[in-house]
Amino acid sequence: MGEMMSDELLRVENLHVSVEGTPILNGLNLTINRGEIHAIMGRNGAGKSTLANVVMGHPAYEITKGTIFYKGVNIEEMEVFQRARDGMFLSFQYPASIPGVQVGTFLRKSVASVRGEAPAPREFRKELKVAMERLSMDRSFLSRYVNQGFSGGEKKRLEILQLLLLQPDLALLDETDSGLDIDALRIVAEGINSVAQNTGCLVITHYQRLLDLVKPDVVHVLLDGKIVQSGGPELALKLEDEGYDWVEALV
Amino acid sequence: MTQDAQEAVGDYRYGFHDPESSTIRFDKGLSEQVVRDISELKNEPEWMTEIRVKAYNHFVEREMPTWGNCDSLEGINFENITYFLRSSDKTEKDWDDVPEDIKRTFDRLGIPDAEQKWLGGVTAQYESEAVYHSIREDLEEQGVIFLDMDTGLKEYPELVKKYFGTVIPHSDNKFSALNTAVWSGGSFIYVPKGIHVEMPVQAYFRINAKNMGQFERTLIIADEGSSLHYVEGCTAPTYSTDSLHSAVVELIAMEGAKIRYSTVQNWSANVYNLVTKRGVAHKNATVEWVDGNIGSKLTMKYPSVLLKGEGAHAEIISVAYAGTGQHQDAGAKVHHLAPNTTSNILSKSISKGGGRSSYRGMLQVTPKANGCRSKVVCDALMLDEESRSDTYPTMEIGNSTADLEHEASVSKVSGDQLFYLMSRGHSEEEAMGLIVNGFFEPFTRELPMEYAVELNRLLELEMEGSIG
Repeated sequence: MGEMMSDELLRVENLHVSVEGTPILNGLNLTINRGEIHAIMGRNGAGKSTLANVVMGHPAYEITKGTIFYKGVNIEEMEVFQRARDGMFLSFQYPASIPGVQVGTFLRKSVASVRGEAPAPREFRKELKVAMERLSMDRSFLSRYVNQGFSGGEKKRLEILQLLLLQPDLALLDETDSGLDIDALRIVAEGINSVAQNTGCLVITHYQRLLDLVKPDVVHVLLDGKIVQSGGPELALKLEDEGYDWVEALV
Repeated sequence: MTQDAQEAVGDYRYGFHDPESSTIRFDKGLSEQVVRDISELKNEPEWMTEIRVKAYNHFVEREMPTWGNCDSLEGINFENITYFLRSSDKTEKDWDDVPEDIKRTFDRLGIPDAEQKWLGGVTAQYESEAVYHSIREDLEEQGVIFLDMDTGLKEYPELVKKYFGTVIPHSDNKFSALNTAVWSGGSFIYVPKGIHVEMPVQAYFRINAKNMGQFERTLIIADEGSSLHYVEGCTAPTYSTDSLHSAVVELIAMEGAKIRYSTVQNWSANVYNLVTKRGVAHKNATVEWVDGNIGSKLTMKYPSVLLKGEGAHAEIISVAYAGTGQHQDAGAKVHHLAPNTTSNILSKSISKGGGRSSYRGMLQVTPKANGCRSKVVCDALMLDEESRSDTYPTMEIGNSTADLEHEASVSKVSGDQLFYLMSRGHSEEEAMGLIVNGFFEPFTRELPMEYAVELNRLLELEMEGSIG
């Protein structure tokens, strides 16, 4: 089916979103096709994380106007876990810790939920080993509790490990680069690149440095809840050099 | 199970019952004559009959507890309880000799299977008495005594006489008096000096009849430098009328010995579970209670340790799950009676669907107990607004050298945790199940693996179909 139809994964049309009555997104439009990497840049509070959360279905975000289509379907009524099972993935900026639940158990159960069947134990161990080696993660990670006492960098690695295991169709990566040193950033970027070909990626970031490693096809600038400028990778470079003032002047 | 019963209990999967069959069944109600009849039927020595009668008189005079859940306690009708029911004439050593319907019950509970795989011995009690009992030959050869309590009294009367009631006297509380008066079944264990019983031994308690009272009595003695892990499980069918389970468990750990007593209590929601459990730890000995309370209507149970010898240690890990219509009034008590004794108490409770869980704790350090250390941690997790959790800690510290820590927390499942787990493909119920299992993990990891898996599954079932 996927082969026949267009490779459009996400289409956001005139999206207005409020949190507790405060408007955050004000008429946002965005389309992401399979195999494309879109970067969203913008100042703090511009609505970047809101976009990622509302696409994933966070209950605190209310869509007041507009529509989100995922694989051509309006997903307003679709529950968060159903979106995940249908191939959507969010790499959290601040992933919650789940005390007492071991990473290994969590990964196995998540893979089982998303794939619709429990992976064969042997195959899964192998898969896990390959993915963890790629991210330079030690085996001891598996027996720790999910995100509990993790450093910022460890949390991000666990998010990317899930990205590798779950092989989503659409990956929303919310400031995955924050809190990473250069080596970790390179490892995480390689992880993203390894799935990017078959995935639509939305990369939310403040910094050019991730985009040096994960080459975006399109860069969008988000301002006051709207995309005000889109362009190629050069746009990110310009933002890095000149800041956001010139974008503001455009509006 | 009837439709009504099914609705009442939701997913309680042990709620099935077999046709009641008995070889001897006493009329409902309690009197001195009933107490004497039980003793006579069991051919007990005179001294035991006297203890029973004395305990009965104390039970009659003793007031109901004025704490815990008085309203619920008032609901017990002592006249509507069957105090003794013999369902099989013999305690068998071979499952094939156990009456077919009873054997079927234990098959469904997975006991014979577990016995083959990982247990050193099993006793299976059905109503008032053990119907099956067996111990691995190698343990028997090492001199380990593992019997049901009735047989223990017959075969080792002197040992029983020496220790029975020494840790929990009949006058300890109303329900210990009741148990002492009408006790039947339970385990009697003696581990000789220096013997380490590597595989856990298990007792399984099953109530099948309606309005049944089960009063097992357990006495475990670990002699110097020995060790034992005892595991007990329990279930009952679901009826619209109540049953009463009132056990007394006494543990004695001699110098340097270690006893671990693990419980997964999963009575149906019509069972009053009023149990007294206490252990004595002599010099450098350790007593550990690993106590899980998932079922019952009302549980009042506070595993205790008397740290009697210098350097003794107590470890009490307990969890309680209180669902709709349930009150788990559980906790722990440790008495530091000797110098340099140490204790750890970890209590975790979950309340859901209007359920109520209470932690009731007692920590005592006597004036002569220098250099004691104790850490108490109580965590409560509330799954909704209408549920309830209380903490009643009591501390009596008579020695200023004691090093004490106390932490308590009440938390709710956070929206962030749910969203995170759901974004990984877990439904809300599954996400709750994961969070709840994680919360109990410090307890479950102490259980034999088979029990841990079963407990996690149970809790996941509890989360199903419960979210609006």
